[in-house]
Amino acid sequence: MTDTPARASAVIIGAGIVGNSLVHHLALLGWRDLVLVDKGPMPNPGGSTGHASNFIFPIEYSKMMFELTADSTAQYKELGVFTESGGIEVARTPERMHELRRRCTQAKSWGIPASVITPEEVKKLVPYLDESVILGGGYFPTVGVVDSLRAGTLMRERAVASGAASVLPSTEVYGITVTDGRVRGVTTSAANGGQHCIATDNVVICCGVWSPRIARMAGARLALTPCVHQMISVGPIALFADTPGEISYPIVRDVDTNMYERQHGGDMEVGSYAHRPIIVPPDDIPSIEESALSPTELPFTQDDFDPQLAEALELMPELLGDEKAGIRYAINGLISMTPDGHPLLGEQPEAMGLWSAAASWIKEGPGCGRAVAELMSGQVPTVDVHEADAARFYPHQQTVSHVRARAREGFNKMYGIVHPAEQWESSRPARLSPVYERERDLGAVFYETAGWERPFWYESNAGLLEKYQVLGRTAEWDSRWWSPVVSAEHLAMRDTCAIVDLSAFAIFEVSGPGALAGVQSLAVAQLDVAVGRVVYTSFLNSAGGFVADLTVMRLAHDRFRIVTGGATGQSDFTWISGHLPADAFLADLTSGWTTIGLWGPRARDVLSAAVLSEGGADDVSHGGFGFGTCREIEVGGTVVLASRISYVGELGWELHVPIEQGARLWDALWMAGQPHGLVPAGIGVYGTTGRLEKGYRAFGAELTAEYTLVEAGMTRPKVKEQPFIGKEAYLRQRQEPPVAVLCTLTVDSHESADGSLRYMLGGEPILALDGSRLVDAKGRPSYVTSAGSGPSVGKHLLMAYLPADVAVEGSSLLVEYVGEHYPVTVARASAQPLFDPDNYRIRSLWTSWSA
Amino acid sequence: MTVLTLVELDGTQASAVLPIDGSLRALTLARSLGPSAAVVFAAGSAVPSSTLAEYGVTDVYVVEPSALDGYAPVAWARVLAGLLADTKATAVLAAGTDRGSEVLAHLGAITGLPMAANCTAVSADGDGTHKLVRHRWAGLLLEDAVLEAPVALLTVATDGVPNVPADTPAAVTVHEHKPSLTENDLAVRAVESAAGAGGVSLATARVVVGGGRGVGGPDGFAPLEELAAMLGGVVGVSRVVTSEGWRPHRQQVGQTGTKITPELYLACGISGAIQHIAGCAGAKHIIAINTDAGAPILSHADYVLIGDLHKLVPALVTALRAR
Amino acid sequence: MDILVCVKRVPTVGGRITVTEDGQEVDTRMSGFTISPHEECAVEEAVQITERLGGTVSVLTLGAEVCVEQLRDALALGASRAVLLETDGREYGPIATASAIAAEVRAHGYDLVLLGNEASDTGDYQVGIRVAHELGWPVATGIKSLELSDGAVVARREYRGVEEAYTLPLPAVITVKEGINLPRYPSLPGRLRAKRAAVERVPVGSQSPGGLRKSGLRVPESVKHQAEVLDGIPELVRVLDELGILS
Repeated sequence: MTDTPARASAVIIGAGIVGNSLVHHLALLGWRDLVLVDKGPMPNPGGSTGHASNFIFPIEYSKMMFELTADSTAQYKELGVFTESGGIEVARTPERMHELRRRCTQAKSWGIPASVITPEEVKKLVPYLDESVILGGGYFPTVGVVDSLRAGTLMRERAVASGAASVLPSTEVYGITVTDGRVRGVTTSAANGGQHCIATDNVVICCGVWSPRIARMAGARLALTPCVHQMISVGPIALFADTPGEISYPIVRDVDTNMYERQHGGDMEVGSYAHRPIIVPPDDIPSIEESALSPTELPFTQDDFDPQLAEALELMPELLGDEKAGIRYAINGLISMTPDGHPLLGEQPEAMGLWSAAASWIKEGPGCGRAVAELMSGQVPTVDVHEADAARFYPHQQTVSHVRARAREGFNKMYGIVHPAEQWESSRPARLSPVYERERDLGAVFYETAGWERPFWYESNAGLLEKYQVLGRTAEWDSRWWSPVVSAEHLAMRDTCAIVDLSAFAIFEVSGPGALAGVQSLAVAQLDVAVGRVVYTSFLNSAGGFVADLTVMRLAHDRFRIVTGGATGQSDFTWISGHLPADAFLADLTSGWTTIGLWGPRARDVLSAAVLSEGGADDVSHGGFGFGTCREIEVGGTVVLASRISYVGELGWELHVPIEQGARLWDALWMAGQPHGLVPAGIGVYGTTGRLEKGYRAFGAELTAEYTLVEAGMTRPKVKEQPFIGKEAYLRQRQEPPVAVLCTLTVDSHESADGSLRYMLGGEPILALDGSRLVDAKGRPSYVTSAGSGPSVGKHLLMAYLPADVAVEGSSLLVEYVGEHYPVTVARASAQPLFDPDNYRIRSLWTSWSA
Repeated sequence: MTVLTLVELDGTQASAVLPIDGSLRALTLARSLGPSAAVVFAAGSAVPSSTLAEYGVTDVYVVEPSALDGYAPVAWARVLAGLLADTKATAVLAAGTDRGSEVLAHLGAITGLPMAANCTAVSADGDGTHKLVRHRWAGLLLEDAVLEAPVALLTVATDGVPNVPADTPAAVTVHEHKPSLTENDLAVRAVESAAGAGGVSLATARVVVGGGRGVGGPDGFAPLEELAAMLGGVVGVSRVVTSEGWRPHRQQVGQTGTKITPELYLACGISGAIQHIAGCAGAKHIIAINTDAGAPILSHADYVLIGDLHKLVPALVTALRAR
Repeated sequence: MDILVCVKRVPTVGGRITVTEDGQEVDTRMSGFTISPHEECAVEEAVQITERLGGTVSVLTLGAEVCVEQLRDALALGASRAVLLETDGREYGPIATASAIAAEVRAHGYDLVLLGNEASDTGDYQVGIRVAHELGWPVATGIKSLELSDGAVVARREYRGVEEAYTLPLPAVITVKEGINLPRYPSLPGRLRAKRAAVERVPVGSQSPGGLRKSGLRVPESVKHQAEVLDGIPELVRVLDELGILS
């Protein structure tokens, strides 16, 4: 046994697949004096890795999950622990067949081999399946199983063999010392029964289901809950007696029953996500001593599995119906779940040097280990993991109540048909705008972002459908979580004026002597501008990829107001606070300010009327209030910080007011707006239809760490002299022609084979006319980053990065959707808008209507 | 006030017929309750009176084999019932062996009295009441209980009470007892024959080498068998091993298997579940070989070697061969 | 052959038992439950007998509604009838338990009653024997092999190196020990049948006071070694020598 070290460069807590991968990758990146601690024994300390079902289906619904899974698969293969078996998702309903076609198309975006097959073809691959029970299947030939325990062992042994790491099994962590916002050390049990302290600047929590407990020791909250997932093992299976190795038949996911069946040696392992969600608080997880098997293999609750027995028997009657094959293993296994289903990776906001690598499953474990190792080493991770940012959750999202509610709701959707725009039901409403009730009275259909209830559209606008011609949708799937009213609101806005509730914005202030230097170092754009100017800018990482996209108002010489989307607010705040000089102070004003937007040809008429109505004198004329400026005005008895910018491409303002006066401002604008045809418009317009017509890019969709300003067509003639993160990379990028170009495409025909009209929703692959995938020189595939109606241009619009040689305006391509091809045309191969390309509206070059 | 104890004899020693260890422990406990009398089923010549005297027995009731042909549990219980009435004993004890337990259970059923199994301590607490401590979970848990009965029927946990002779041997009187038994009493009778494989058994082995889940499968036991042979012992296994069918049940060390009392128990790849500890707690010394420094068995072991048994056991065999 | 098997619901335990704060019960919050090991084998034995000779296996337990879980476990293995002698869930001693079982046997009539030799938790060693006395039936305990012939059963066990064979006329009570067979695992169809099967519920009167009453439970003060860590094979050999094992 090694002597327990007194110092470590990093203490990694947890030797499951993630902890083992992390220590391995840290060693590869040059770290030394690493210490890996686990309360349990090696090689199987008793966490979720130890009993995992160990199969990997490539993921297609999320780019990050696809890449983490692909990276992990490559790592497993390199370790020699991957066995390809193929996998089939079988459909028992027509809805599921549609979903399989959609997913197989989506898989094409990533180059994942996938095809829809008939029941007979399923039967050929899985002879013990009763094909009369199914309508078909989705076949994924590259699915495989891994020996995750062996993989972790090999990775750990490599780290130890290289001299970079020592391992402390059977060692419990009692405490994590944090002083002055920094990690200082870890206290553990000692072999002789006492305690031991390891001084360190870095602690990584890789404890799976125990992670929230460990995090609490450092004063941090982790939005993770342990959750039960039942699995049984049936055997001996006569058919498997003579098959070599661990698996010879494809894995079957019986998705309509929320179950899977996979061969495991001589047994059939049957798992279920169909039972009632069973949450086990981390403090209730038994110790190793108390457990009959292991702490994450809890006693089986038979009643919860009984319905699944019948369904499994129905699918595999002879194999599972063999009286000689017994259920010889049955557990309530523990897995980690987060509110959004993504892992927790990165530095915790509560303390410097406190890292998380938690809520990762087998399929992405090694990739998560690598990503966190890269983050710890100050590198831009190979896989963009911002969607798994440990700092992404708002405080209410980290509450036990919220985490459990979402875990419960998400559990039974594990194999569910989940629409890309599907909304959560539980734990709502959480954050309410000051005009929530007015919106409700207007028939708002609320969608949730970052806990905020935001109107997506207003049913009270249904009458607009008579006034304006909009593109309807007839296919049920495309019409879900959508309404033609969105398009009507859009057209009304472009005709008269719309009022939009933007309370969900995250609003920060950077102030102090170092404020200018601070924001300059973060932003691409020049921020040493006159007080009262508004700047739209990106933030880059050191490799020149996007990490944020927001606006900055200079309110004073040493005061800057930052406005960013609610969805990324927490991550943006963490990024900013991690990069400011000591004499710059960052404050989160989100809960102190609300924002109301006013846009449309008549926006100025409305605002003037509201200003004048109480005898105010502020000049909101084009000359008096130019585009890209901000200043205080009085509106209806409130002092408003008005900012003349637009994300919908219309004349108008973002109006910021203290939150407790939001309703008053709304009412004043509403009253002033009635004679001018003011309509309320929801996020459907603000976030999709408006910006798509203008070619405005969205962070997380078009703007990701993987693409550059050049590729996104967002470069300015000059680069500012001041240094900023990513500047060197950006300058290099500007030297070369882009490998890919962000384009806006129009869909030329929506007609599908059965005559119905189909509307893409995002994620679909863009193909050459011969149906082949488009992949740029860096290996990045072309897929739809955003999709939506462009009511003013009368087209359904798609955004996608295309290989440079294909990105030619006017050229014809294809998009595949639910297994069929539709013709598309490259309408723009730049950021020039489709609608009002010269921006007359924003620049106020229309004259306003006379009353 | 008399305390009657059923004493079983061990006829396997060539030299003399002695009470089994469990009965000596029962006698030790009996002594604390009152004047001690013993009941023995043996030929008069084979009664170990001096040993009984050493344990404080003042009266020995001997039942000759001719009275009953071999072992018949109901008959033995009937004998105890008769002697209980004759001596007006206030308590009847037996070792918690298979025979002791069933005889006292029959006695309880015959007399309508409650029976407390596997006691480790007992004391009178007023008229017709005894306070006692008994085993649950084969001794991994203790029950404090109160027994309200005119006569206390108890079996004594064979590993829960020490074996301690009296300070001075008693003066012992031997009584020949002729019981009156019915045909019914003798109906269920043991027909004895030599047991299967001769040689050292798990229950009597001086050294036991144990294998558990860590052995990995039915084919992994060869090194353990080799080691056991070298040390003059036998192989025992944990319940996981027998449940999986890797080894026959008669090799199981555990609460539902065999309770072992060797000089040395070498536990390889055994985590130490409760029911296994129940089987090996009687070992004089326990050494564990395990990869897990936190395994529960380490709380009961004297020494531990941390490591993989697949490497260490063959290495040990090699080292011993070299001596 | 009409066989009744009596089973008891006991917690499954790992490496440690803890007692509830009031010192009265085993803390079962972390545990699952199972049929006590010896009687798991009794169920298997009964099913094997009826598979060979025909007949039915009934399974019975005494306890609260939660015990139905164990009845269904036994049904899944091949029992076809289940009886819950229903109580309020408090602990019933061997005398009261045996009385309730005997009443069911008298009510239904069986050829053979099997029990486990002792329950893994309470370890009273006497329920089978008391049942037999109440019924006036012969009984053999601790049995490791059963052989049925016309109207009789030969029950064998080993005691201190000697094999004992008992011949009992039927009807008889036999308590068995684990090792008599290797119990099967339930099949999926078996589990489904168990789920659908009806369970008879027979209320049990409260037990009389007196007799043996539990005051409390406690974990013995084990001599908690810190097992001395040996450095390697040479040190292990040295220790074996010191302990006198090698001479």
